[in-house]
Amino acid sequence: MLSSPLNVCLTLIAVWVGIGAAGLLRPLNVVFAGRALFLLGAVCGLALALVAACSLSAAPELVVLPIGLPDLPFHMRLDGLSRLFLFLLGASACGVSVFAAGYFRSGQGTAPGLLCLQYHLFLASMALVLLANDAYAFMVAWEMMALSSYFLVTTQHRIAEIRAAGFLYLLIAHVGAIAILLAFGVLQGGSWQFTFDAMRTAHLSPPWAATAFLLALFGFGAKAGLVPLHVWLPEAHPAAPSPVSALMSGVMLKTAIYGMLRITFDLLGHPVWWWGLLPLGIGLFTAVFGVVFAAAQTDMKRLLAYSSIENLGILFTGIGLTIVFTGTGMGALATLSLISVLYHALNHAFMKSLLFLGTGAVLHATGERNLGRLGGLIHRMPWVAWLTLIGALAIAGLPPLNGFVSEWLLLQAFLFAHEVPKPFINMLLPMGAALLVLAAALAGYVMVKFFGVIFLGQPREANLRAAKDAGLLERLGLLWLAVGCVLLGLLPAQIVPLLNLVTRQFALGGELATGSGWWRLAPVPDRQNGYAPLVFLLTLAVVVVLTVVAVRLLYHHRMRRAAAWDGGFARLDARMQDTAEGFGQPIRHIFTPFFALQRELPTPFDRAPRYRVVITDRIWSAVYPPIARLVQSAADVSARLQQGRIATYLLYSFLTLVVLLALVI
Amino acid sequence: MIELDWLTQILEVLAALTAAPMFLGWITKVRAWLQNRSAPSLWQPYRTLRKLLVKDVVIAENASALFRLAPYVVFGTMVTAAALIPSMGTRLPISNAADAIALVGLLATARVFMSLAAMDVGTAFGTLGARREMMVGFLTEPALLIVIFLASMIAASTALPTIAEHLATQSLGLYPSLAFSGIAFTMVVLAENARLPIDNPATHLELTMIHEAMVLEYSARHLALMEWAAALKLLNYACIGFALFLPWGVATGSGPLSLLAAMPILAVKLTVAGVALAFIETLSAKLRIMRAPEFLAAAFLFSVLGLLVHLLLGA
Repeated sequence: MLSSPLNVCLTLIAVWVGIGAAGLLRPLNVVFAGRALFLLGAVCGLALALVAACSLSAAPELVVLPIGLPDLPFHMRLDGLSRLFLFLLGASACGVSVFAAGYFRSGQGTAPGLLCLQYHLFLASMALVLLANDAYAFMVAWEMMALSSYFLVTTQHRIAEIRAAGFLYLLIAHVGAIAILLAFGVLQGGSWQFTFDAMRTAHLSPPWAATAFLLALFGFGAKAGLVPLHVWLPEAHPAAPSPVSALMSGVMLKTAIYGMLRITFDLLGHPVWWWGLLPLGIGLFTAVFGVVFAAAQTDMKRLLAYSSIENLGILFTGIGLTIVFTGTGMGALATLSLISVLYHALNHAFMKSLLFLGTGAVLHATGERNLGRLGGLIHRMPWVAWLTLIGALAIAGLPPLNGFVSEWLLLQAFLFAHEVPKPFINMLLPMGAALLVLAAALAGYVMVKFFGVIFLGQPREANLRAAKDAGLLERLGLLWLAVGCVLLGLLPAQIVPLLNLVTRQFALGGELATGSGWWRLAPVPDRQNGYAPLVFLLTLAVVVVLTVVAVRLLYHHRMRRAAAWDGGFARLDARMQDTAEGFGQPIRHIFTPFFALQRELPTPFDRAPRYRVVITDRIWSAVYPPIARLVQSAADVSARLQQGRIATYLLYSFLTLVVLLALVI
Repeated sequence: MIELDWLTQILEVLAALTAAPMFLGWITKVRAWLQNRSAPSLWQPYRTLRKLLVKDVVIAENASALFRLAPYVVFGTMVTAAALIPSMGTRLPISNAADAIALVGLLATARVFMSLAAMDVGTAFGTLGARREMMVGFLTEPALLIVIFLASMIAASTALPTIAEHLATQSLGLYPSLAFSGIAFTMVVLAENARLPIDNPATHLELTMIHEAMVLEYSARHLALMEWAAALKLLNYACIGFALFLPWGVATGSGPLSLLAAMPILAVKLTVAGVALAFIETLSAKLRIMRAPEFLAAAFLFSVLGLLVHLLLGA
């Protein structure tokens, strides 16, 4: 049965591993290892997305692979949730790989062949995480994912900061992995069977179920970058090459969402409603925190990393809301908010990959990541600029693009939160919508800053005038993702019923009555809440075209160009535009308590005036150094045992023996 | 009566397009009266638009296509928004396509395009205006959405025509929670439309300006569209306010008579709203720009307070 979707998926994963291994044949050849193999990998990703999408409504499939340890074969399972996330992985990996084929050049850190191996192992391990049906296979794939991405992050391993960023990433990934491992340990419920099938049937007492949930929240929260475990994201994303940042942010963070959904709604089955308050609260705080920090950044990839923190916060908010709804017996609303989570995961994979690839193209053309040294690139790099604009508008949550759809769905779910039959909670939940909306509005601010400072205005450095637009393959990769953003935005009425099929495998206790017509999305039919992006876009387009025709035909289209007016000021130069710091100034002013600011302001008498602002994260200094000190002092204490003299060690053995004998007798 | 619904739809858009400059002229006139100045004619905004439309366009040497596209997009979004708001009748065929949340998103789209266009030439004023506009925007947008959220909860729908219909046909019709929302909404209208105390529409080249700083590089037809869009925006906000707080008189049926009756009622509402706005503007002083967040945070808190009152009292 090679034709079954699961077998095809496994074959494609094997092909990815094979492509990676082939990179080692001629590791220094950029055309072979850096271009041809990556294109082959893109085809593979496209095939995976197609297989997953076509079999979305099929029944779950199982297979046992006789690899691994003798008594522990890999159990694989393909169901609706896996298919959806495999589609997400395949479709965005296709765009990213095409871009990467034009991106990687020789002479930068790791050799292309080795990079090809790490990259495709990373893809294969993410796919295996989504297919695993026992804790053993899951953890192996999860670790493989963490390690391969660690090596990808440290591609430029000759730079000390990048090594430090990689180490921080590895550390938090492993702390998270331990929590996930413990969660599986609790989930087996005394049966010592570590397959997911056994966990589904295991009956856990309420405290143990809550423990498993909390461990999973910690573990997957570390991967997703929930506050206070977010610190690795703004370090690791700028360190990695752009296609790798795109994959990590667009896809790898989604595996945390997948794991959280898998454990909460599938393995645990019936979450208690109050569990949901935790991801809801943390998610909302993370969303606001992430976007406020994004607005204050001056490095374009750090800005996007903080924006990812925001989006993962929104996703966890949705998960929390789903748990609250399903735990209080409001099944249809639980389905609605789960659909919004799945939709947003899909959206974020496309738009964040698109933006990271856009920064990659800018980085290649200018060699600059600092927003303060960019500007005016829309003239030099029109392809990258206009395609990135689509991603920026989408992530800012503007209709009719895709970011708006999932936020709209989540807000529709929040609208009914006051009907939750729990006193006080039903009053607090609608306040969550206020925070969510604040985060969404701030995302617009961040994206205007991101796009405006990089692509608009005057070039801030002379060398930007020589910047060249991205090559053909890079353009194709960007185009693929941008088209994805537009389609996801315009066709929600087609996509939501498909996502509804996915949610049906969980016992949420209710169905979503979908749609009224193919063109309009109406999740709660009797309330007339509708959104029809196609009509919306059509109206907008008709009005804009009519205006253009009317204004230009009725009057004239004479136009001439002159120097910028700027209120009559004659000596305009690029230094007079807002810098990235300047654009972030209102945010720093309004959200002062969020930041630890170090400022160096010049006085009027300075010979060489210098202005410097360093923004640091309060959470970092409040949480991490104390833990590091604790570990250090614990290590110091244990180091006292280590005298290095053989007589002392013999004494330890002797004392241990005496204690053991005393216990036995 | 689908033809009549479409007629209402087209009539509404045309009325909004033609009445918007007049509404702006009316506010200017009342302000002048209140401040003992001689008032400009009500037709002055139309004359300005005509003048701008016949002039030659001059744009900066380094302006990109985005700069030239933005006026059309901003104008288009405002016209689309006018089509979605039930100012005269609630049976609007197009308003099915987007609810109140999408309407807020549409207004945000206009704001983002305007700010991007302001940053395009790379002047000091443009980026300053864009930054301030986005700052005001991210503070007003949540307040506006919470106001709409509350009305949606009361009417159990996020569709603006349904909300207006529900509130207009309510026997009681008075909600204490809506009073708080009303205050929040008024503050949002002032801030979003570049009125006092956040921005001063009458001045140019002040250190405190927002809207005027953004359109400084525009001329002729581009500027005409931007100004017309700004007038439409003010009218749209007024009509959103009527739909949420003063829905009485809107044609809820599909008879031609109720539509005929709705027109003069809308005119009366706009006249009164113009006087009220002029009063507020005359009585308040311009805030320093860094005080604006406090004003807008107050708007946000009022909207949240309205929501809380509704949840506590159920009214």
